[in-house]
Amino acid sequence: MFIRVNTDKCTGCETCLQSCPYDAIIMKDGKAEITELCQLCRACLNVCPEGAISEVREEGAPGKEKGQGKGVWVFAEQRDGRIADVSFELLGAGRRLADILGAELSAVLFGSSEDGADELIKWGADKIYHCPDEILGVFNDEPYAQLLSDLIQEHKPEIVLAGATPVGRSFIPRVAARLNTGLTADCTSLDIDRETGHLLQVRPAFGGNIMATILCPLTRPQMATVRPRVMKRGVYDPDRKGEVIRISDRKISSRTSVKDTVKEASDLALNLQEANIIVAGGRGAGGEKGFALLYELAEALGASVAASRAAVDEGWIAYRHQVGQTGKTVGPKLYIACGISGAVQHLVGMQSSDIIVAINKNPEAPIFNVATYGIVGDLFEILPIFIRKVREAKGL
Amino acid sequence: MKIVVCIKQVPDTAEVRINPETNTLVRDGVASIINPYDMHALEAGLQMREAAGAGTVTALTMGPPQAENALREAVSMGIDEGVLLTDRAFAGSDTWATAYTLAKAIEHIGADIIICGKQAIDGDTAQVGPEIAEFLQIPHVAYVRKIDSLKDGSIIVQRLMDDGYDIVESSLPVLLTVVRELNVPRMPSLKGKMAAKKAVIRQMKASDLKADVNSLGLQGSPTQVRNIFAPEAKKDRKMLEGSSEEKVDQLLKELAGLKCL
Repeated sequence: MFIRVNTDKCTGCETCLQSCPYDAIIMKDGKAEITELCQLCRACLNVCPEGAISEVREEGAPGKEKGQGKGVWVFAEQRDGRIADVSFELLGAGRRLADILGAELSAVLFGSSEDGADELIKWGADKIYHCPDEILGVFNDEPYAQLLSDLIQEHKPEIVLAGATPVGRSFIPRVAARLNTGLTADCTSLDIDRETGHLLQVRPAFGGNIMATILCPLTRPQMATVRPRVMKRGVYDPDRKGEVIRISDRKISSRTSVKDTVKEASDLALNLQEANIIVAGGRGAGGEKGFALLYELAEALGASVAASRAAVDEGWIAYRHQVGQTGKTVGPKLYIACGISGAVQHLVGMQSSDIIVAINKNPEAPIFNVATYGIVGDLFEILPIFIRKVREAKGL
Repeated sequence: MKIVVCIKQVPDTAEVRINPETNTLVRDGVASIINPYDMHALEAGLQMREAAGAGTVTALTMGPPQAENALREAVSMGIDEGVLLTDRAFAGSDTWATAYTLAKAIEHIGADIIICGKQAIDGDTAQVGPEIAEFLQIPHVAYVRKIDSLKDGSIIVQRLMDDGYDIVESSLPVLLTVVRELNVPRMPSLKGKMAAKKAVIRQMKASDLKADVNSLGLQGSPTQVRNIFAPEAKKDRKMLEGSSEEKVDQLLKELAGLKCL
């Protein structure tokens, strides 16, 4: 495939130049030209007002062969015998996809107890593939990748979902590579294309300032990871029944071994992800002085303090406070964004918050697009009033 | 010991914005840099070479011709050789095809240890490293925050997890993906900068790899971008008006009504 400019239609308006994330479009003799920098990302395809840019597919290109599959699978991650919350969230998303497809929802569970399998059924799974082998109690990439790949090849699910946790992000890519299929990281929404039946995988792209819908049209399974606290859990039904299929007598080998596991629970990290209220600052906080105000407000509200990548990169606050695509994902009852412009990279880390308050000088800031309540104003003026009034209300 | 560090050239900032009116990317004046996590990967490779007192560090990248600049910067830090995979046939690669191509190049170069940054800041997928390991059929350890020991064909590292860290031992060859906590990347020396100017960057094309041409670039990529779009605004948004005092009063009233405070 390549991208072509129809020079008869091109008016030289240069609109397409801005659309290219790779600077691959140049103007030559008053017409747009696609240079060899083109990465075929197709970002320019729909921006031309004259419809002069199109993709040209080569005839008879062999490409990937169409695979087949049936059913939706969720990899149910456990650590120390406890099933990770993200697994139940994935069952919520997976149940919806399975219902649209009229298919079964299965969960794959390694190393945990039988109780875990029952819980997964009550949260919406029809079938559990459970391998209780002791070696799987502790996470190692190779045995996990090998066993999950084998099960997928035997049962051929159409869709496989996993948590974008340190475990999922480490071994799921190996599974996709081994099965020669596509994998989309950190999806923020999943749906089924009603016409083609393909999985529509939405994720942030190009540095997280824009969203992209990704397809895996030919190979199966279609694989996606989802970060914790992005999807909502389904309905818990204590009477729900399902089938548990025991997987045993598998040859499992590993060239890595976990010699020790050290718990280092950072109070703050837990705090942020479990906080009811978060006060967050961005570039607009201007420095440590701005963050001092945020801490004051947080103290008055009984909140935790978070930051955007911009503020962390500036060195105003430590990385462990960072919320966003490269930081933590949070979902508090109330998220107060102060001086945060709202790059998608940040939004994907906090947009599942119940109530979002945005305080920003710039009325055009994208943070207002996700806000429940917006205040256009200088945080150095707004926050002192906010702090005073909260203290008054609480009698502090 | 042969060390290969995979690096990626990325836009210098996360501030590549979208113009809400035209729905297009605004990226005026955005320079290109080495992906920040890959700087830690380069530093790790250099430290391993120094600790062993022998060996070579090769930086490998795939990208358009100007990605050569990233390799020259790596040379200025002290690596031995830069290899640039550049070919129209590679264009449009997703993570699967990127990892496949890099793995084929690494087979050609040879490596005992391969180091990648944990993810690139433009795509944030963290997939290419583990996928390379799978294609090479070697073990990998992701999120390495410390290297405890490296000797006698085995390595012991600390793998960062959500609730602490695991101490993981692996045989060699191995692929590691590294996090920021691992080290502080060095600044290029004056001598390094001179070397970077003179360095000959080895270029490899699709025909230099023992690769299946149907597995390269867009054609070899299982995933496709269907469309890109700007996130939509919430419909129930309420903008608060008036003086600063009045805005805060309204906000507190709304939040009290929702039992948020």
